Amino acid sequence: MLPTDSTETLSFNRCITEGDLVIVYERHDVMKAVQVSEKGVLQNRFGMFKHSDWIGKPFGSKIFSSKGGFVYLLAPTPELWTLVLSHRTQILYIADISFVVMYLEIVPGCVVLESGTGSGSLSTSLARAVAPHGHVYTFDFHEQRAASAREDFERTGLSSLVTVGVRDIQGEGFPDEFSGRADSVFLDLPQPWLAIPSAAKMLQQDGVLCSFSPCIEQVQRSCETLKSSFTDIRTFEILLQTYEVREGHLPSWQDGDGVLASLKGCKKRQRSTNGQENSRPRTVLARRMGETRGHTGYLTFARLNCVR
Amino acid sequence: MSANNSEENLSGSQNRRITWDGCSVLLDINDGDRVLFARLTAGSKIKIGDKNCSLLPLIGCPFGSSFQVEVGAEGPFLAPLIPNAQGNGLSEKTDDQTMEECRDNRALVDNNTAQSLTGEDIDGMRRKGATGDEIVQALIANSATFEKKTAFSQEKYRIKKQKKYAPRVLLRRPFARSICEAYFKKHAEKIGFLRVDTLSLLPSLANVTAHSNVLVFDMLEGIVTGSVAERMGGTGYVCNPYCGTTPLPISIVRMFNFSDETCKRILSASLTELQPSDGENSTSGDQLVDECNIKEQQNKDTVSSSAKDLFNMEEISTTNMETDNNVAASPKCAKTVKAGEKAPSETIKHWKEHGFSSLIIAAPNLDAWDIAKDLVPLLSYSAPFVIYHQYLQPLATCMHNLQSNKMAINLQVSEPWLREYQVLPSRTHPHMQMSSSGGYLLSGTRISSSDQN
Repeated sequence: MLPTDSTETLSFNRCITEGDLVIVYERHDVMKAVQVSEKGVLQNRFGMFKHSDWIGKPFGSKIFSSKGGFVYLLAPTPELWTLVLSHRTQILYIADISFVVMYLEIVPGCVVLESGTGSGSLSTSLARAVAPHGHVYTFDFHEQRAASAREDFERTGLSSLVTVGVRDIQGEGFPDEFSGRADSVFLDLPQPWLAIPSAAKMLQQDGVLCSFSPCIEQVQRSCETLKSSFTDIRTFEILLQTYEVREGHLPSWQDGDGVLASLKGCKKRQRSTNGQENSRPRTVLARRMGETRGHTGYLTFARLNCVR
Repeated sequence: MSANNSEENLSGSQNRRITWDGCSVLLDINDGDRVLFARLTAGSKIKIGDKNCSLLPLIGCPFGSSFQVEVGAEGPFLAPLIPNAQGNGLSEKTDDQTMEECRDNRALVDNNTAQSLTGEDIDGMRRKGATGDEIVQALIANSATFEKKTAFSQEKYRIKKQKKYAPRVLLRRPFARSICEAYFKKHAEKIGFLRVDTLSLLPSLANVTAHSNVLVFDMLEGIVTGSVAERMGGTGYVCNPYCGTTPLPISIVRMFNFSDETCKRILSASLTELQPSDGENSTSGDQLVDECNIKEQQNKDTVSSSAKDLFNMEEISTTNMETDNNVAASPKCAKTVKAGEKAPSETIKHWKEHGFSSLIIAAPNLDAWDIAKDLVPLLSYSAPFVIYHQYLQPLATCMHNLQSNKMAINLQVSEPWLREYQVLPSRTHPHMQMSSSGGYLLSGTRISSSDQN
């Protein structure tokens, strides 16, 4: 997923080869991650697609099925991966992920500690941010989930950047070997206050910690615990509102046919007998629609106090 | 102090945790009341209230350390503040109260007669060498109404006096986060009202990482360019395209403490240089130059006013500029490589051959589609792009046009929403004021518009 040198960067000349991970895009809400193999076949509602047809084509190509339907083959990115990965736990989405990476001040070369790993959604973006010479050490107390995460990082080519450990961070804290080495620590735990003292030991001075909690009571307790070794404690919530965009025509109220049509909720173009339809200006309309996510979790950030 | 091997491999100075002579820093005065940028040199000074203090004591200190303004024999100076001596946030006392607060403000009358110390008394104390903290203590002791206030109210009073008589300065590392927040708070219009959460979405949605070739059309003084370069660790390239003959100003990039390696990978190139050079397209290229000269004129107007504004933001840069020119004083100061140089022809050739791996457009006062129609075709297929705008309608139109011209898929117009909370015992609630808008984003993925099998 991430280029290890400039020859692997996405380009017109970087073509799909055997073993590559591609994202098969049918629609913005229907996508699937597929590992390309010489003999592989993909079946979906558009028909059958042979992987061998994909090999040698550039990413972004439009591929037709035996029945004439088509899909696009996209290069995987952490954003697309978050939308297609299998959810073993509730995951973080792009709005929270982006804010966390910026607010934790993660740049290439950083060492980041994370717990819990969950489904690896955030870990993938952390890996991107620390590449090429940094590292993400992520811990989950659930052995099976840790193993699934390890498999995913293999599939997405991130194993050299992410190490998964099985460990109960709430009970045991982070391993001593990381003391004073972490630039940033991320906690997504049910009782993060139990892990905060250990996180304080792991961080370099002025290093940043983030704790993600769905409930305000967890936030209050975490902030209490943070006060002894941390400063600059801030809590946020972030959401991404999406808009629906379509082209349409809003008739004048003097246009009888137009008003009637809009009363009926008719979105079809008016079939006007005197051919005026084409002269009516069509505008692009945007609005927010329906129900949207109201809450994911609270993000609490803090800096390790500077002790001279 | 652990010095990771990875730090050596990195474009070095980005991760250094101790200040050095000539580095760029963010100074946070009185807990966010005032934030300004400075370049630490032997001669630089800062003015707090009516006191001028030298910044020399800050060189060689860890980022995150605090200083307090004290008045000594030779005038005001910045003294290092030991964190343990005064606790954290002065709220330890309020934490002890598990019992209900029984005081209230029914008997307090706000008529300015409560304080018995006069301004002259305070000056006298200072002459005798009293520290800022001692003055605050004295003010509390001489206030007739202090004991009657609630604990929260006492706390507020203490903090207010401390900010005036013993102001504190916190030394911060400039990162995209802190630079954006500083600008957004006081001079949001200079960064096109780009809020920090919106800024954080740009390198994510554009999949910026090491070895990327990112095309960034940045009309926000370089804050987007800087935050992209920050995530590339001295690899890959950031290209700022421009119309006409003059690149856009990217003065904010200077605040990031980028290494030479990173700076030399931030380049500019004209649109005509970047577009395909076959005969058919050269005429349209010329037309573009004519159209773009209008834009360039607009840019020139923006350049002259924003350069001045930058000085206002830095506040003490004029003094710094003089000392910076004295190379003998500190060889580390002299920047041998400037970000934003014109791209050499081999690099441009490489970009044309491979296409850019992602695109970010941040031109909140220009028409989005007008720019996108020229820059999206410079991307590789399957490359992500994201366009920031302060208005919704131009992005809706742009999205529609990209769709009908079959230039992109996975198109989405979104608006980030951010809310901060005050979390204190028995006093947890969202902040009373919040930002109403951080702008809008249009994201998508480029595909080939021709139907090939």
